[in-house]
Order: sequence, then C-alpha cells, then structure tokens
Amino acid sequence: MLKFLIKGIFRDRHRWFFPILIVMFSVAIMVFFSAFISGFQLSYIRQSARFSNGHTKVVSRAYAEVLEMKHYDLALMDIDDEFEEWKAEYPQLEWFERINFGALLDVPDEFGETETQVDVAGMAVDLTGSSKEIERLQLKQALRKGRLPRESGEILLSDLVADKIEISLGDSITLMGSTMFGVMSLRNFEVVGTVEFGIPALDRGAVLADLEDIREMLDMQDAKSEIFCYLKDEEYNLKTLTQIANDFNRRYSDEDDEFSPLMLRLHDQGSLGSILSLYDHSQFWMSIGFIVIIGIVLWNMGLLNGIRRYSENGIRLAIGESKDQVYASLLMEALIIGIIGCILGVALGILFCHLFNKVGMDLSLYNKSTNMMSENILYTVLNARAIITGTLTGLFASLLGSALAGTAIYKREISQLFKELET
Amino acid sequence: MMKEKVAIVKNMGKAFPTGEGDFWALKHINLQFERGEFCGLVGPSGSGKTTLLNILGSLDKPSEGEVEVLGKQVHRLNHKQASKLRAAKLGFIFQTYNLLPVYNVYENIEFPLLLLKMDGAKRDRMVRDAIEWVGLEDKIKSRPNQLSGGQCQRVAIARAMVKRPELVLADEPTANLDSENSYMILDTMQNLNKELGTTFIFSTHDQKVISYLRRIITLTDGEVSSDDIQISS
Ligand SMILES: Nc1ncnc2c1ncn2[C@@H]1O[C@H](COP(=O)(O)OP(=O)(O)OP(=O)(O)O)[C@@H](O)[C@H]1O
Ligand SMILES: [Mg+2]
Repeated sequence: MLKFLIKGIFRDRHRWFFPILIVMFSVAIMVFFSAFISGFQLSYIRQSARFSNGHTKVVSRAYAEVLEMKHYDLALMDIDDEFEEWKAEYPQLEWFERINFGALLDVPDEFGETETQVDVAGMAVDLTGSSKEIERLQLKQALRKGRLPRESGEILLSDLVADKIEISLGDSITLMGSTMFGVMSLRNFEVVGTVEFGIPALDRGAVLADLEDIREMLDMQDAKSEIFCYLKDEEYNLKTLTQIANDFNRRYSDEDDEFSPLMLRLHDQGSLGSILSLYDHSQFWMSIGFIVIIGIVLWNMGLLNGIRRYSENGIRLAIGESKDQVYASLLMEALIIGIIGCILGVALGILFCHLFNKVGMDLSLYNKSTNMMSENILYTVLNARAIITGTLTGLFASLLGSALAGTAIYKREISQLFKELET
Repeated sequence: MMKEKVAIVKNMGKAFPTGEGDFWALKHINLQFERGEFCGLVGPSGSGKTTLLNILGSLDKPSEGEVEVLGKQVHRLNHKQASKLRAAKLGFIFQTYNLLPVYNVYENIEFPLLLLKMDGAKRDRMVRDAIEWVGLEDKIKSRPNQLSGGQCQRVAIARAMVKRPELVLADEPTANLDSENSYMILDTMQNLNKELGTTFIFSTHDQKVISYLRRIITLTDGEVSSDDIQISS
C-alpha cells in the first residue's frame, strides 16, 4: 500500500511539486535561521565570556549581590591556600584573577599640575605573567598604536580615551583611586599603547593595566575580587559548567557567610541567562509561526487537490475503504512529502549556511551602536538543534496542512456516492 | 430446492427529507435475490433504481423495513462495518468508469486487493486473471487516459470482479458506451456470471442490457410494478 501511495504521489505533479517545494524552502529557511541564531548566541557567549563574565566566575557572596557595581572592597580575602586547592580540585578549568575598578585618570602638564582628568573603567589583567589572557582578550588584534605592556608601570588606554585627552605614546599619566580599605591611592603609569575592541562598553573608557600593579595600588595583595574560570578547550559547555558550579558551591560556599566564595556561571550573571533564553524562545516561536503559515498554505493546496481528486476519494470509499483509512492515507502522503521536503530542505539549509559562512556578516557597526557583545563577524553555527528544528517544522507543517484539508473526507455523504460518481 | 439468497428486502421504504415533508423514493419493497442471478432494475427516470442499488450496496440505509445483504442487516451496520462489507464482498460498476487516473490498468485492478491485505503472489495471480477475463492483456501498463471508453469500462469491470465478490451492483454501466462496446461488456459480465456464479444486479433503461437480463424488476414511482423472469437470452 505504501508503494502504491508513493507511486501515486510521484506520477501526479500536483501532489508533489509545490508541496515539496514549499516544505523544502521552509525547512531550509528554518535551518538557516536556527543556525544564524545559534551563531549569534555562541558569539555573544564567547565575547561576554572573554571580556566580562568568564565561563564561570568566583566572587564573594557579598560581591555577587551587587555584581554589576564591581565593589572590589567586597573581595575574597586571604584565600591563597583555597585558591590552590580549587585549581587542583577542578583541573578542567583554567583560573585567572582580574580586578575591575573605577578610577580617575589624571594627565599632568610639564609642571606636574593637573591638565585633564577623566573617569575611566580600569581592568587589571595578568598581562606580563602568561600570554593566555592576552590571547583571550585578543589584545594583539585590538592594538591600534604602540605595543602591549611588558613590565610593571606600563598601561594601555582605549583609543577613544587617548584621543579625547590628547595623549601620545610614552606620556605618563596618573591613576587616582581608592584602596579596598577606602584610602585614596595614586599610581603613575607610562602609556605604551592604545586599543580598540569594537565594544562600546570597553572603548568608551577602558584602561588596561597589569594585575600586579593594580593590586599594589588598591592594596589588594591578599584579596581577589573576581576569579575568572574557563574550560580548557575554551568552549562554553553549559552542562559541564553547571555541574562544576553546583559542586563548587556545595563544597565551598556558605549561605550564611557573605564572604564565602560563590561560583556563578555566565548564565547566572546579570541578565545574560534571560537574554540567551530569549533567543531559544525566538527559535521556538518562529518554528510555530512557520508551521501555522506553511500549514495554512498546504491546507489550501490540499483542498484544491481534494477537489481534483474528488472522484478518486469517492471511488475509494465505494470500494470499501473507511473514511478513517482514506484520511490516514492522506496523512501518509503528507508524511512522505514532508520527509522528502525535509531531506531536501536540510540539504539546502546547509548549503545556505555554507555560502553565508564564506563571508559571514559584518556586525562591527551594529556592535558599536549597542551594548550587546558579539564578535565582529557573525557566522552561522549548524548544530543538531538547527536541523531538528527545521525538520520538525517541515513535518508538522506538512501534516497540519493535510490534516486540515483531509477533514473534507468526513463531510462526504456516502449515500451520495453513486450520484456523484455518475457525473 | 431453495437457492441461497444473497439479498432479502422486506417491506422496505426510503424517504428523503425535502422542503415540504418527506419524499418517499421507495415504498413497500419486497424482493429476494438468489445467488447467481443476472437481473435488472428498470423503470423511468426518478423511479428509484439508483436509490435501491445504494441500499443494496450498503452505501445508504433504508428508512423503514429490513434489508439483509450477504447475511448482514444493512440497516444496522455502522460506517466501518459497511465499508468492510463492501471491501470484502461487493463490487461496484458505475456509469462513468471512475478509474484512478494516476495508476495504470494493472494497478487500478490491483487496488481492491491491496485493501484486503492479500499477499503479493496471490494478488498478482488474481489481477492477471481479471485482466484476462476482460481481454486487456495488451494494455496492462496503459493509463486510463490512453484507453477508449469501452476499455475503461472493462477495466472497471475487472476492478469490481478481481476480488471475486459475491454480488456486483452496476448502475447504468452502458450509458456512456456505443452499442458495440455495450455488447462486449455485457458478454463479459454474462460470462463471469456463468463461470464464477457471481450475482449481478443492474439498474438500466438500455434495451441492450434488458435483452441480456434473466429477471427484470420494474420500478414505478418507487414501487415494484412487475417482477418477471425472461426465458430467452
Ligand atoms: N438525496 C436525495 N434527496 C432528495 N430526493 C432524492 C435524493 N436522492 C434521490 N431522490 C429522489 O428519489 C427519486 C428516485 O431517485 P433515483 O436516483 O433512485 O432514480 P433513478 O431511478 O435512478 O433515476 P435515473 O434513471 O434518472 O437514474 C427521485 O425522484 C429523486 O429526485
Ligand atoms: Mg439512477
């Protein structure tokens, strides 16, 4: 019977050509769209992980309460031994300290008097110890002028800030801040380079200095405000990280001690989790929308086909098929059409992604105008999810169309068959 | 000796609802059909021939009285049971041939057997037999649009006969055919009636058909006005 149905479908262009075409294109679009969204999501995660969130981050519970404020006075204290223990307990992670702090940048004139002052967002990173952080922050690519700091006392300014305060390489500046104990503190630096990340939040007012210098300046030798953790393969794996974070917090975090450490996944930080799940939902709703729209289109085509096949269905009922059987065979036809449409559509979707990825999409302008962090060139990421979403969309749309169109069978009056078939 | 009955109609009436009350298309019908009959319902247009065939074919139900077809009470069958009865034991031949256009001769004839879930080898043998009965061996692969009207009707007969039904109902099977083709399919059906013992009930006003019938039931205004056996044929 299946063979019989398949023969019937393919000998009648009306039954397969447009339905397959429609299913194919909707599946292809869905696959591409899902891959696009995944690409964007992953780029967003990578970029956020690099610059501001890590894969996970360990902070004190008090610091976590007001995470966005970067209150480094709420840093974890005297935890060198624990820190070594954590590194040993979770060898799948790499651990890096960073300090985010606010300061006043002061440019002196030739007499040492203040010429200009500007607020800056300081980021203290291990610039001289290993090259890992330099790679992660893509500092070499971001460098506009000069070079990276090689020793203590050297600093990078964002290109924008350097321009604004008209500073040149080799000039010296003073950072004015307060130690974690609230005492005013100053430190002189030599500007050795300028950087531009293409991320407004950073470019607007960032300065990058070596961790050791800032520790000294802020009196944080025994304190760690933020510890960034990255999985060794640099791929954000939510499942693994969730396990690690749960395990870490169970072992080391104490709800009643606000200075105990807390490990936060990227998803737990600020609104990142909800933004990311928004993208997941957009995929779902787009898929539902497609199913409904394509379903309606196929429903109409099914109705037209039903008119063309009126006597065929009539004769089948007369010969002794029940209405349920005729309906089921219409659904079966839809399934066959759906499967073929899906196979072709997935192939076409993969082709779309492949072609798209040859150039990618330049998001640098978009990135400059929003606070979203994503890499400058967006590529689609084809994953099982894109293919499953596309396939399910195609199959459901095809079945929905036929399921609706097929109900016409149930309106057929068997007692009128003879008369209908006479004409 | 009492012959086996394929259909028994007792005090049957059929009413259709109309604007001004019910219209009784059939009234007080009492008929019995024996196995192996070759008989016809004749009468003017509107006399109720098709309505009676519909009920005998379990496509419609009587409004009153009883109808038993092949041991089943037609008025008590639900949709599924009626479908089953038709699939297993009844054959239909229509005025228009109603072949499935996308399938070839062989496949059209095979279709009723697919519904009966018969195994492949047996099915093939039965389809080939049926094709032989109607003399279309050289058209096995042709599609309906490549056949003449007469050939189409022969395919329709083969399709009705392939599962060797006990009862075949044919509503004006020659109405669209010229006389040569009409005689050809009448001969074919008569032979099948003799060889397989299949019961045929026609509805017709075609004299050519009437001349082949062994029993002629005349309907007038929904009632049986005569029921005669024809000796010659
Ligand atoms: N569904 C229906 N609703 C109302 N009246 C109907 C219906 N079906 C048939 N009739 C009426 O019943 C009567 C018998 O119709 P039927 O089709 O059985 O006639 P017939 O003998 O087959 O005629 P013909 O030789 O023209 O085919 C007609 O008067 C017809 O108008
Ligand atoms: Mg009629």
